[in-house]
Amino acid sequence: MPDAVEVRDVARSFGRVHALAGVDLTVAQGEFFGLLGPNGAGKTTLISILAGLVRADRGVARVLGHDVVSDYRLARRALGVVPQELVFDPFFTVRETLRIQSGYFGLRHNDAWIDELLHHLDLTDKADANMRSLSGGMKRRVLVGQALVHKPPVIVLDEPTAGVDVELRQSLWAFIRRLNADGHTIILTTHYLEEAEALCHRIAMMKAGRIVALDTTQHLLSRFGSLIVRLSAAKVPERWLARVTRNEGDVHYLELETYAELEQLLAALRGEGIVIDELTVAGTDLEQAFLRIMAGSATSDEAIVAAPVPEA
Amino acid sequence: MRDLPVLTASPGGGFVTLFRKELLRFWKVSFQTIASPVLNALLYLLIFSHVLASRVTVFGGQVRYTEFLIPGLVMMSVLQNSFANASSSLIQSKITGNLIFVLLPPLSPLDFYAAYVLGAMVRGVAVGAGVFAVTLAFEPAVAALAHPLWALAFALLGSGILATLGLIAGMQADKFDEIAAFQNFLIMPLTFLSGVFYSIHSLPGFWQALSHFNPFFYMIDGFRYGFFGLSDVSPARSLALVALAAVLLAALALALLARGYKLRN
Repeated sequence: MPDAVEVRDVARSFGRVHALAGVDLTVAQGEFFGLLGPNGAGKTTLISILAGLVRADRGVARVLGHDVVSDYRLARRALGVVPQELVFDPFFTVRETLRIQSGYFGLRHNDAWIDELLHHLDLTDKADANMRSLSGGMKRRVLVGQALVHKPPVIVLDEPTAGVDVELRQSLWAFIRRLNADGHTIILTTHYLEEAEALCHRIAMMKAGRIVALDTTQHLLSRFGSLIVRLSAAKVPERWLARVTRNEGDVHYLELETYAELEQLLAALRGEGIVIDELTVAGTDLEQAFLRIMAGSATSDEAIVAAPVPEA
Repeated sequence: MRDLPVLTASPGGGFVTLFRKELLRFWKVSFQTIASPVLNALLYLLIFSHVLASRVTVFGGQVRYTEFLIPGLVMMSVLQNSFANASSSLIQSKITGNLIFVLLPPLSPLDFYAAYVLGAMVRGVAVGAGVFAVTLAFEPAVAALAHPLWALAFALLGSGILATLGLIAGMQADKFDEIAAFQNFLIMPLTFLSGVFYSIHSLPGFWQALSHFNPFFYMIDGFRYGFFGLSDVSPARSLALVALAAVLLAALALALLARGYKLRN
């Protein structure tokens, strides 16, 4: 079974800027994969190369085994892309937009699926409204519909929830999760790290045109996440002073690696008879892992790559 | 993992849809894209024929000036509107960003070329037909074409050439301003100086010779031959030159599209 996406040594420069400096990546069929990184990291360039919107200077990119340049017809048929920018054709209604997009893929009698898409994207009432009259969130949902209109096995969502309100974001994710459960491979870029954490099984983090971390979400969290403990007590046991990051009077902030360490800290407090006035723990999250990886990779060229592609 | 359902695609379906979209695009704003150029041409006819009819002799007096003017105006409308349609459709999509909807699907360079060019040709020929129909009210005698197939061949080739030029200009341009420059500094002067309003035999020697380097001259002269059986140069020579230009420009446009020139980068 070919990989959903296979990228080998792909590089692309714009003038003197190395948008991609040699990227290798495989995403297995059926994965829910996250592509994270700060602005300018190269995420959109990588997606554009997969979609045939930009040509790579070197390297090979394949979608379901089809080269995106030499076998572009099958590669593009296999791929659905929700672009980052909120674009639309002002001449057409929502339904016309979806029918036309379907037609571009050679699918002319696709109304049953278009109706289903309109329903899941909560656009049935707006089917005959002109694109110009829609709100930003609605236009975004039409873009999702256009990307899915040919039922692509591989779906790329480039910042799909920017500007979409919370309720709709939830229903959109429920729909995307269902598509993933049905066997569609999902590749997601997002700035909302909690979304990536909740949805993605595996994550690649990009910085300055390179992949600086590639692992399962769980591994990244356990390797780079930490616990921030806010302890209100008269003092901190001697042995734990090195873990204190900040003091505000009797309130001490400690950074711990694991919950096991938290247990040891509590035992030490008990052992020394220190009374805990208050204690709160902020859990591990992807944002911390992300910030640590981004900070760490600034000094090292070594990518943090682990864990083979999991069975999907 | 479950097997995904496969939707069956009809071959050539992408081209048909893009072509239909191009037609819909101008049809939805037909006042601007069809009615207004027809009105423009009619104004040219009224003004020029009124001012010049008594002063200008063409084809040794075998054709009256107002009659002479009609095929020129029809062809000028065909050419200008074919160019305008392809170039403005493409630049609009580029600037608003919705060109991505056409770049993501598996359309080949030929699908892309054929849809944009044929869409623009339909608009050009529709405007030309409109101008012809309206001007017949003034000169019904022009309806009896001497060689209708010649006229049709020149109309189609000329509109195909200008549509292709429009497509190339649309690819090249990054803003509306550049399209306007192309239109006003190249297309307009070349059509106006091609013999729409006069026979080049009425020009001084130097300008007459220079007109032979204007490709638009052959399109209009050949088209006019279809109407009256009279022309400034041999219609076969015009046809050969115009057909050659059409083939070369099509090859250039297809090569640029295959490279994704200023579209896929």
